[in-house]
Amino acid sequence: MLPRYIQTGSDSLYDDLVQVSAGLYKKALTDLPPDVRSAVNRVAEVEVGGARTRLDVMVKSIDVSDRTGIIVCQDTGICVFFVKLGTDFPVNGAKLIDALRRGIAVATKEHDLRSSVVHPITRENRQDNTGVGIPDVHVEFVDGSEELEILLVPKGSGSENMSYLKMLSPAEGISGVKRFVLDSVIDAGPRPCPPTVVGVGIGGTADLCAGLAKKAILRPVGEPHPEPEVAAMEQKLLAAINATGIGPQGLGGSVTSFAVHVEYAATHISMNPVAVNIQCWRGERAAATISSDGAVSYGY
Amino acid sequence: MATETARTLQLRAPLTEDVVRDLRAGDEVWLDGTVWGVRDASLIRFFDKGQRPEGADFEGAVFIHTAPSVRMEGERYIPVSVGTTTSMRMDRFTRGCLEDLGARAIIGKGGLSQDSLQHFATLGGVYLSITGGAASWETLQIEEIEEVLWEDLMPECLWKFRVRNFGPLFVTMDANGTSSYQQVKAHTQAHLAAAYALLDD
Ligand code: SF4
Repeated sequence: MLPRYIQTGSDSLYDDLVQVSAGLYKKALTDLPPDVRSAVNRVAEVEVGGARTRLDVMVKSIDVSDRTGIIVCQDTGICVFFVKLGTDFPVNGAKLIDALRRGIAVATKEHDLRSSVVHPITRENRQDNTGVGIPDVHVEFVDGSEELEILLVPKGSGSENMSYLKMLSPAEGISGVKRFVLDSVIDAGPRPCPPTVVGVGIGGTADLCAGLAKKAILRPVGEPHPEPEVAAMEQKLLAAINATGIGPQGLGGSVTSFAVHVEYAATHISMNPVAVNIQCWRGERAAATISSDGAVSYGY
Repeated sequence: MATETARTLQLRAPLTEDVVRDLRAGDEVWLDGTVWGVRDASLIRFFDKGQRPEGADFEGAVFIHTAPSVRMEGERYIPVSVGTTTSMRMDRFTRGCLEDLGARAIIGKGGLSQDSLQHFATLGGVYLSITGGAASWETLQIEEIEEVLWEDLMPECLWKFRVRNFGPLFVTMDANGTSSYQQVKAHTQAHLAAAYALLDD
C-alpha cells in the first residue's frame, strides 16, 4: 500500500489549501478576533475625552468592516503563517507552503488588496503580496494529531517597525529585561497605533528571542502565560507601561497597551537576550483547522 | 491630553490662515470639502524634482498622508480602502507644503517633528491627527475621488478627495507652538520613576 500522503495528498487538497489561505487573508483583515473586540470595547468604557473618542472610532471601524467587508486598516501587512501540522495529517510540506503562498496572491487579486510587499534591495513590487521568503511560514509538528492548523497574521508595518532586540548581559538580570521592555514601548510612542499588545521574548538565541516575541502576540489578548511567575511578570510590565500615560494613539490616556504577553526559551550562561514585538490595536489574525477528512473550520 | 477649552468644530476646506491660527491643540475637527492625498512619491516629485501638476490650486489646501487602494469602475476610481500612514517619513516636506504650495493643514498619524511645529507657527498651519488603523470608517467618509493627478505614481499619485463630515480629527500641533505629542512626552517623563518602580514591586 502506498503511504497515505501520496494517496490523499492529491491536487485537490492543495487547491483547497489555496482557498483556505486566501480566505484567511481576507478574514484577518476584515473580521477582528473576539478577544480584540472585547479589549477595544473595554478600553472605550474606561477612557475619557479625546482618548474615548479615538476608541469610539475604532469600535465604529470594526462595525463598518462587519457590515461592508472593507478591510479595517489600510495596511494589508506582511504575511506570517504559523502552522501546526499533525504527524498523521497527510500532506506534502513543500506543497503546503507553496499553496499558502499562492493563496495570498489569489486573495490580493480577488479582493483588490494593496500589495505591500517589495524586494528589499530593488524595492520592486510583484503586486501580489508575496516575494522571496514571504509569506513567512513557521511549522511545528504535533505528534499523533490528524489535523492541520493554520494561523495567519498579516502583520502591519506600523507596529512591526517598532521591534526591538537587545543582547543584555546576565549581570543586568531580569530587571534589565523589564526596563528594556518599558523603554521600548516608550520609544515606540504613538507609532504602532496604541492600545497595543506587547509581545516579549526572553532567552534563547538572538533569532529565537525575536521569534518568541512575535509568537507572544498570537495569544488571545490578555490570556495569561500558563506559569504563574511569568503571568505575574506580564501584569507588572502592563502596569508600568500603562503608567506612562502614552494612551490610545499616543495622545494621552490610561491605556497604552491592552496586554503584555511573555514567551521564553532557555539561554546560554553568558547571555540574557530580550526582544519586543508590538501588535497594533487591530490585532489582526485568523485561523483554520483542517481535519484529515477534509472538513475546514475557521476561527482566530 | 485635551485642554479644558477644547472645542468641536465643523470646517470647510480649503482653509484660511485666520481659521487655522485660531485652532488649538486638543480641538476636535470635522471637515467638509476637498482633501488632497499626498505621500512619499508625490512629495518627492513636488520638492526634489520641482514639478507642479497642471491646473491644480493648493491655496489653503488640506493634505492627508495616504496611498489608497482603489478599483476602476468605468472611467472612475472608486475607493476600496483609504487609510492614513505614519507622517514622520514625510516630515522634511512640511515647509514646502505650506510655503511653496500654500497648504494650511496636514492630516496624518503619529505627528511631525519640532521643526515642523516651528513651520506651522511661522507660516500658519496645523497638523490634524486621525485615528490610525480605522481605515474602514475613514473610507466611508470619502464622498468621491474627484481627480487623480500624476497617475503614473499609482498608488502614490495626487488624489483629490471630496469628503463629508470627515473626522473626528484632532488638532495635535497648532500654530501657537503647542504639540500634544510633546505634552504626552512630558507627562511620560514626569511619571517615569513611578513606572520603573512598578516593574520591581
Ligand atoms: S500601525 Fe497598525 S493599525 Fe496603525 S495604521 Fe499601521 S498597520 Fe494599521
